[in-house]
Amino acid sequence: MLKRKSRLGAFPWIFPALFMIFGFVLWPAFEMIRTSFQDVSSSGITKGWAGLENYKTLLANPDLPNVLIRTFIWVVGIVFFTIIISLPVAQLLNAKYPGRKVVRWAVIIPWAASVVMSSTIWKWILDPYYGVLNKILIDLHLYKEPVDFLANPKQSFVWLMIVAVFVSIPFTSFVILAGLATIPDDIVESSTVDGATAWKGYRFIKFPLIKPALLVAMAINLINIFNAFPIIWVITAGGPGYETDTTTTLGYKISFRDQDIGQSASMASLNLIIILIFIGIFLKVSKSQERNS
Amino acid sequence: MTTILLPKRQKRFTGKKVSLTISAWVLGFLFFAPYFQMLLTALKPKEEITSIPPTYFPKKWAFENFINVWKEIPLGTFIKSSFIISMSATLIVIFIAVPAAYYVARNNFRGRKVFLFLVLVTQMFAPTALVIGIFREIAKLNLVNTYLGLILVYAAFNMAFSIWILSSFFSSIPQEIEEAAWIDGCSRVSTLVRIVLPLSLPGLATAFIFTFIAAWNEFVIALTLTSSPEQEPLTVGLTALIGFYQVQWQYLFAGSLIAIVPVVILFGLIEKWLVGGLTAGSVK
Repeated sequence: MLKRKSRLGAFPWIFPALFMIFGFVLWPAFEMIRTSFQDVSSSGITKGWAGLENYKTLLANPDLPNVLIRTFIWVVGIVFFTIIISLPVAQLLNAKYPGRKVVRWAVIIPWAASVVMSSTIWKWILDPYYGVLNKILIDLHLYKEPVDFLANPKQSFVWLMIVAVFVSIPFTSFVILAGLATIPDDIVESSTVDGATAWKGYRFIKFPLIKPALLVAMAINLINIFNAFPIIWVITAGGPGYETDTTTTLGYKISFRDQDIGQSASMASLNLIIILIFIGIFLKVSKSQERNS
Repeated sequence: MTTILLPKRQKRFTGKKVSLTISAWVLGFLFFAPYFQMLLTALKPKEEITSIPPTYFPKKWAFENFINVWKEIPLGTFIKSSFIISMSATLIVIFIAVPAAYYVARNNFRGRKVFLFLVLVTQMFAPTALVIGIFREIAKLNLVNTYLGLILVYAAFNMAFSIWILSSFFSSIPQEIEEAAWIDGCSRVSTLVRIVLPLSLPGLATAFIFTFIAAWNEFVIALTLTSSPEQEPLTVGLTALIGFYQVQWQYLFAGSLIAIVPVVILFGLIEKWLVGGLTAGSVK
């Protein structure tokens, strides 16, 4: 094989990329962890080291345990429902029928549109007075009077999760669709010839083949949903109080509303650890799954 | 016997096809509906928006909302900021990701694994997770409230995806084509520019559009790093309207639609490649 080598090797080719990674991804990560051990004034001036003081204040926050539990429900619940719904959605996007192109475009919209803007329209749809959802439910005689969907924290958290599932399905189902597209038609056909029912064909032939795509979709969803900020921020702002906050929005509130940058940095550092745990569990589960199959 | 069976089978097949078509269309409508609601609200006059109970369709179609929105809110400035920021970030990403992806695809050098690991780490860090660190850094660099601050952050965080997708495109091009060019005296760089890049246009388009849209839609970092309407991109500028005492929903949604429509069209254009690119990493 012919090779052309320059004396500098890889350096000139990958240096700019390394510069960006170190300069604007790893430095902020380092800066954040360092800040979590510092005493920072509300105007952003570092007053010195604080040791574990920020972490102590954070862990003493009476709202933190609930926020942590909610974050867990948020991530696991949304990833679960997104995957469960995306599997049949991908089947529908893959099937042949008139207007498939239009349907695919329609499903792409929530993925392409900014999550902030999608959240804004959902906030408007859910509005107790002017929102269309109440109007529909009343016209269908399901409700007699308009209800405030976001009145109590538990219910509004469920709505936040529904919106999150709504914006996550398009990406997920397209990744699964890509997995489906790699399956040759004759494999599925031969299984039907062999007498497999549609469900069995799906469960034992198709599903194992789309599993790699599914795992990628799950991993990316896990990270995205854990960090999902705009949905909560726009629709409830984590309120009332901290009752619909996840750790991500709580961290933001502590820094930019309560102006406690040190404590917020410790919340964010804790977040990094949590997401690493989530990813670790995920990798472990998906590995053992692979071994079983 | 087959002659009796066939029509029956065909009939069942059509019944299935009809229900399939209907469910697919319902599905499409469900995903489209909120944005349709956005359009209907954007087309209602101010009085109708706050009527109780609300109307499904505007009684009076206020098409003028789409003209007035440019005067009522600084939409032009928001679009200009969003465009400059997203375009610059995208160009930086392409210029940096192309050589890196090409080198990684073609060479087995020392530190290749480390480099790929770093790229993967970048992809796992969402900017939201590091927002405090980013804010502290950008403040130190004196880049708060500037386009440059956002451009650099967006470029850095979106580079990983482009490196992945481009390197998988580059590896799919047979090396023999390049070797022929080398024999003809082409340098490495000119082989890349003249031979490899034209063959990887779908990959380039995907990387370009994907980065552009990610930057165009970003919210948290923009919310944190900008505070004046002059520098605010669309996402932040428009949502700031919700904070006002009287929300001008019709303008908020008219502005949002103006921001969303071009992006949806771009996304639809690369749909075919986007999906391939997303799984390229997983298949390998």
